[in-house]
Amino acid sequence: MTAISLRGARLSYGDRVLWDGLDLDVEPGEFLAVLGPNGSGKTSLMRVLLGLQPLSSGTVTVAGGNQAVGYIPQQRALDQSMTLRGRDLVGLGLDGARWGLGLRHRRERRIRVDAAIESVGATRYADEPIGLLSGGEQQRLRVAQALVGDPTVMLCDEPLLSLDLANQRVVSELIDKRRREAGTAVLFVTHELNPVLPLVDRVLYLVGGRFRVGTPDEVMNSRTLSELYRTPVEVVRVRDQILVVGAGACEEQTHHLASEAAS
Amino acid sequence: MTIFDLLELDFVQTALIAAAVLGLVAGVLGPFIVTRKMAFAVHGTSELAFTGGAAALLLGIGVGYGALAGSIFAAVLLGVLSRRESDRDSVIGAILAFGLGMGILMLALYKGRAANKFGLLTGQIVGVDSTDLTLLVVSSVAVLAVLAFIYRPLFFASVDPDVAVSRGVPVRGLSIVFAVLVGVATALSVQVVGALLVLALMITPAAAAMRVTASPLRATVLSVVFAEVAAVGGILLSLQPGLPVSALVTAVSFVIYLVCRGVGAVRRAA
Repeated sequence: MTAISLRGARLSYGDRVLWDGLDLDVEPGEFLAVLGPNGSGKTSLMRVLLGLQPLSSGTVTVAGGNQAVGYIPQQRALDQSMTLRGRDLVGLGLDGARWGLGLRHRRERRIRVDAAIESVGATRYADEPIGLLSGGEQQRLRVAQALVGDPTVMLCDEPLLSLDLANQRVVSELIDKRRREAGTAVLFVTHELNPVLPLVDRVLYLVGGRFRVGTPDEVMNSRTLSELYRTPVEVVRVRDQILVVGAGACEEQTHHLASEAAS
Repeated sequence: MTIFDLLELDFVQTALIAAAVLGLVAGVLGPFIVTRKMAFAVHGTSELAFTGGAAALLLGIGVGYGALAGSIFAAVLLGVLSRRESDRDSVIGAILAFGLGMGILMLALYKGRAANKFGLLTGQIVGVDSTDLTLLVVSSVAVLAVLAFIYRPLFFASVDPDVAVSRGVPVRGLSIVFAVLVGVATALSVQVVGALLVLALMITPAAAAMRVTASPLRATVLSVVFAEVAAVGGILLSLQPGLPVSALVTAVSFVIYLVCRGVGAVRRAA
């Protein structure tokens, strides 16, 4: 069964079309990278898959619905004095959206939370105040938070942003391990393909209402990207890295679901 | 009279029960208020509770109902007007100033006892009668029941809004509901410690608790204990020397806060 399925999907705000005619099937265990410049609709695609944003036309299906989706946001500085431990963050991923106090099944809950923390190797600091942990430690806990609900789909929204190389590798390997062991489909929004290039099965590249889906080789070449950007773009392979020259596609960006929902 | 004679008095007992109920509600709400950075919103809401109370005094209806109406009005207004966190501060500032001005105007027009006026600002817990106490207990139970129902999603939305949104938590709706809960609790506190000193019960105990633990559950338990000690302890201390209740409630609360800051600093250095 397909994990994510989009048929003739169109999203527009007034006259501005983010994408149109998007057909996409993501299979269980597949790793799909979503690339594109700012404002090309990457975060909007994520909001559609989370059920927060209706399509202008077309259909979207996510196997298991919203509750089967694990979401990993980008790392950002947390308030140092925040009264929250890694254990609490992970627990919210399990039942934070349910009403009530959650006084029943505490033992079972604790076992699942402990297992998720252990699976990302965060047991040692799971009881520390989360604001005092490093960015890499916080992102490991984010992975655990997404995994604890046993997702069929993981949506990763720039999860490696502002991490150093070693931690980028740790976090992306944790995500890779999960999709290999449990067949979880991964949709990975990023502006930097290279850190995850060895893991990527297919790329969805969005530019100004146009898009292309295919393997990294099919999409990440001078001809395809020049067509997408409608301007000459040079794609160079240096060792096992892909460098895109002339697209202006690599700006840093920060965005948050909550702030976009509020505005 | 000794303190034991004083404790026999009906109005003292009523005051102590009122303080204990308030300590519980304020202590439970406090950690959410601090996490959501709503200290100033609580202050603004309490000023509007004062305005409502003053209006009620002028119209000759129960001050408690006026305060309740004023602060719920403020809470809803704040929730609707300040969609963005960035302009929440200025919205509160603008509403607060206007509300306080209106309150003072209404007190100036009021021809009754002057003590009633002053009480709205600095508290008059010994003036709480059994009708007030009933309103207080019923409202408190309602606040706690609603809070229990929305507890997990509210906590999620408060500490981790991005992921909460992704899980379908109605973040915006919850923040309005929570603002109303805070409004009700504030209106109740106004009668005990007065509009100007509400922060001593709603913020200080929680801020103190959150200095010494990173566990949300422990922070809530400590926050309730601190709020109870401040509210009930403040009244007990004020009885014998006959000092204003609100002065002692805030003093006790502040001492607890200082001690917790100290403990937190020592632990972090270790």
